[in-house]
Amino acid sequence: MEIKVGMADLNVCSGTDSITTLGLGSCVGVVLWDPQTKICGMVHVMLPDSTSIRNNTNVAKFADSGIDELLKRVLAKGAKRQNLVSKIAGGAKMFSVNNKADMLSIGDRNVEASIKKLKELKIPLKAQDTGDTYGRTVTFYPENGQYHIKRVGKEIKII
Amino acid sequence: MSEITVGDMSAQYMDVLKELGNIGAGNAVTALAELLQSKVDMSVPQVKLINFSEIGELIGGEEQVMAGMYLAIQKDITGSILFLVKEEVALHLVKKLMGDYAQDIRGEMEQSALKEISNIITGAYLNALSTMTGLRIEPSVPDLTIDMAGAILSVPAIEFGIMGDEMLLIQSQIYDEIAIDGFFIMVPDVESYVKILTSLGLSV
Repeated sequence: MEIKVGMADLNVCSGTDSITTLGLGSCVGVVLWDPQTKICGMVHVMLPDSTSIRNNTNVAKFADSGIDELLKRVLAKGAKRQNLVSKIAGGAKMFSVNNKADMLSIGDRNVEASIKKLKELKIPLKAQDTGDTYGRTVTFYPENGQYHIKRVGKEIKII
Repeated sequence: MSEITVGDMSAQYMDVLKELGNIGAGNAVTALAELLQSKVDMSVPQVKLINFSEIGELIGGEEQVMAGMYLAIQKDITGSILFLVKEEVALHLVKKLMGDYAQDIRGEMEQSALKEISNIITGAYLNALSTMTGLRIEPSVPDLTIDMAGAILSVPAIEFGIMGDEMLLIQSQIYDEIAIDGFFIMVPDVESYVKILTSLGLSV
């Protein structure tokens, strides 16, 4: 079964199932994975920092609160804290114009904030496919730890 | 910090967008008919407030390849504008302009033709907004991309994301031989949103 994660959303999966988010742009798909129990989770992060925004009730929307919540969810599903590793993808710059510099660089900022949060939680970042200017559909397979990255008109890249 | 949620962007603002949709699409029809030298028709535009989770369904899937033209707006109000059509619709429009030798929407000539068409369409909306409000609005140089709908829409979604989990958009259908389903998304900065309403004599 393929479990779908929407924009500003998160979910967990295990075994031979896979978890996917379609058409990532400047958002980042952060995966936490326990290779032993084959349990994983994915969060679709839209913004870097929940503390700088008042309307922050949807924790999955932000890198900081989203990864915290994802960690809780994979542990609740039975993943072992010490086994966890991470892979991330996304954070593209879709357009080269914007009035606001912080919006122009939002993809990079989402990536940086995700990496910072993973470091804080001491979860090793095993692979990343981030930045650049194109959209990505990403699918993670907890059985083998492969993170498949699909873009328009190109072959699937596996990280 | 933003104080306004998209939900707060009351019925009043929805009405403003409806009016903008009508006048803007009307202007676009006139301009397109002139440019393409053909009869162009339109249906009544719809203004929609959609949750981020519904974006995929609305547009025919997050992976639907679309042409997106994005530009910043400046002067009396600031913010951004995105105009979005499906890839095949973009190619159809380009062919109308360039003739049948237009083949690949990613080609240099085709891209420049598409920019021209998108400029006319976004210009039609901006003129409508400017006329309605009496505010001066100046577009930046536009940027064009052809990619997955989800990826393109992540840009305005993130800007709306500061305020909530919903996005406001105008969906309009223009017809020549085929239905040209276009999506127009405007994200005014919070201060500009207030200015737009005030200039129309509405309370915030």
